Amino acid sequence: MTDIRADFTQARQPEAEFRDYVALLKPRVMTLVVFTALSGLLVAPGGLHPVEGLAAIIFIALGGGASGALNMWWDADIDAVMKRTAKRPIPAGKVTEGEAFAIGITLASISVIMLWLATNALAGALLAFTIFFYVVIYSMWLKRATPQNIVIGGAAGAFPPMIGWVAVTGSISVEACLMFLLIFMWTPPHFWALALFMKSDYHEAKVPMLTVTHGRRATRTHILVYTIALLPVAVATGLTSIGGPVYMAAALWLSLGFLMGAWDIWKRDEAQAEADNYATEKRVFRFSLYYLFILFGALTAEAALRNLPAYAEFAARFNLVEMF
Amino acid sequence: MSIAREHPLHKRRSGRNVGLALVLLAFIALVFGLTIAKVSGGGTIEAFDHTYRPAMDPATIIPAEE
Repeated sequence: MTDIRADFTQARQPEAEFRDYVALLKPRVMTLVVFTALSGLLVAPGGLHPVEGLAAIIFIALGGGASGALNMWWDADIDAVMKRTAKRPIPAGKVTEGEAFAIGITLASISVIMLWLATNALAGALLAFTIFFYVVIYSMWLKRATPQNIVIGGAAGAFPPMIGWVAVTGSISVEACLMFLLIFMWTPPHFWALALFMKSDYHEAKVPMLTVTHGRRATRTHILVYTIALLPVAVATGLTSIGGPVYMAAALWLSLGFLMGAWDIWKRDEAQAEADNYATEKRVFRFSLYYLFILFGALTAEAALRNLPAYAEFAARFNLVEMF
Repeated sequence: MSIAREHPLHKRRSGRNVGLALVLLAFIALVFGLTIAKVSGGGTIEAFDHTYRPAMDPATIIPAEE
């Protein structure tokens, strides 16, 4: 009789460890989600009970993780081809696609319902929309259909600070929209810089990345144009109730730095980039990460500094939205 | 002979079980903390229950002294 086999070594694939399930949630992306959502929550007027704030951040992060798991479920075929993603749990054979789907759907439901209960319905609805946007609009539809995938898909990553803001205030304001726009405009140059030095990856996976469909010259131009468009958004954010001298100084300094980096990328051709192994593209990619972390850090610092009455009075002069 | 021999599979399973237990405990602690925060936050706990209660009637509320 061979029906019952207890020989573990015959297992089809290794059983997953706990950390493989954690990897499904894209923890590195989660850090950016947590950081920007926390900034949105801290800079919003009013406040939450610390436990409610903690719960809001945890469930926003969990929603982001659920999107990551569902993205890995849908994109397993692409991930297997690309060098950067080949070690993800599904292509590595540690987690099955069904498991990833089940974990994604479960965590998405829990995060939306719990964020709603912990804060308010609008915050829960925005989180649900973010997950839908990332999984359905970006992963299922745009990623394989258009080279503008990064531009529109980037909106999903731009929602966390807005959700943090809404969790506190219960409504969407110009400040929340500008924080959204800041990440929205930042995403394309950030990812296209990555695509320039990860070129074979997207090409082999047949993902219509701008570098593949329109060429690398056009990508360099796109990076420059989006970085130019990012500057007024970064400055405009500083002219609202959440801005102030610290943020404005950081925004101007870093935006000019980013702009110079984008200019350096635009000036170069492929021969120059190949010669130094894409040193400029890699430098600008790293800089773009610092850019976002420092700007949201500066917004949070402004909120903390405004507890000093003298500073609050001075910072209020930057608030043009209030003046008009 | 007992079947006590440790297979790497057992280690992985135990790691998963411990991980899940910690996640569930953290979730319970968070929901408990949220409940305490909401209840002590001063929100209305009583709801209308189909009988007249003066405590819920705005007309009967005596304004606090200046």
